[in-house]
Amino acid sequence: MTLQTVLLVAAALFSVGLYGAISQQVVVMVMMGLELMLNGVILAAAGFWWFLSPAPDGQVLLLVVITAMTVEMAMGFGVATLLHRSRDADMTDMATDLSQ
Amino acid sequence: MLTDIVFWVLAVIAVAAGVAVFVVDSMARATYALAASFVAVGLSLLLMNLEFIGVITVLMMVMEMAIMAIYMIMFMGMNPALMPMNMVHSAKGALSVAVGTFAVLATGALFIPWPSRRGVTGTDLTVALGEALMGPKMLVMITVSPVLFATIVAAIVLAAPSGRYDRLGDDLRRRSATARRPEGVQR
Repeated sequence: MTLQTVLLVAAALFSVGLYGAISQQVVVMVMMGLELMLNGVILAAAGFWWFLSPAPDGQVLLLVVITAMTVEMAMGFGVATLLHRSRDADMTDMATDLSQ
Repeated sequence: MLTDIVFWVLAVIAVAAGVAVFVVDSMARATYALAASFVAVGLSLLLMNLEFIGVITVLMMVMEMAIMAIYMIMFMGMNPALMPMNMVHSAKGALSVAVGTFAVLATGALFIPWPSRRGVTGTDLTVALGEALMGPKMLVMITVSPVLFATIVAAIVLAAPSGRYDRLGDDLRRRSATARRPEGVQR
């Protein structure tokens, strides 16, 4: 286990998540893609911490990433519920007018 | 050596489960695959002595995936969540972007001359994290706390079926709202 290998795995997770976030039509599946991207970020941050500067304070960065993931998930579920309730939409293609 | 083997096993599981999220037939299976990917990453964190972060990652993501499964069944109906599905758009373009991103990130990871390791880990990293959050890194705690509180409020506002303006219209001083649906014994 080296920094390079950890970063390679993190890059793979991030890229797979990016594919999902771009390609999926269902809102919940898009959220899963974003989660997978943040999964890669967590692994990369842990790798940087462990292999470059393993000072105890560095763990705080990981906590921030996990918090970001929590916020993304909660707001994503909130927006998905609102979309479903207001226009019976569960696919991104059914809400393209929101970008205008 | 053993750490290397465990890391590679977990890495393969994490990436394979991540790919499975977008390959498997049903959304319910996709949720389980994502949970497996998160558990593998959480266990990888334990290899780096990040016991607290690793354990909360595993616990949080398993619970989150359980909630996600409920959401999918709720929105999509029980059958679509368990039946084969393929709902993608511009898959080739997305694949190209993903492969390009991986190539750039992998190139950086392999060819950047990373500095050597500096500093040492403390004896009890969980205690150290708590002390950092309550001491020199208090700004993070001060920022994260209101953000999480705002998230709770915003999520409830978004998900609530109606606000008081929906119920009462412009006359907010009315004591009771008009029923959204007929109520009572004579409805």
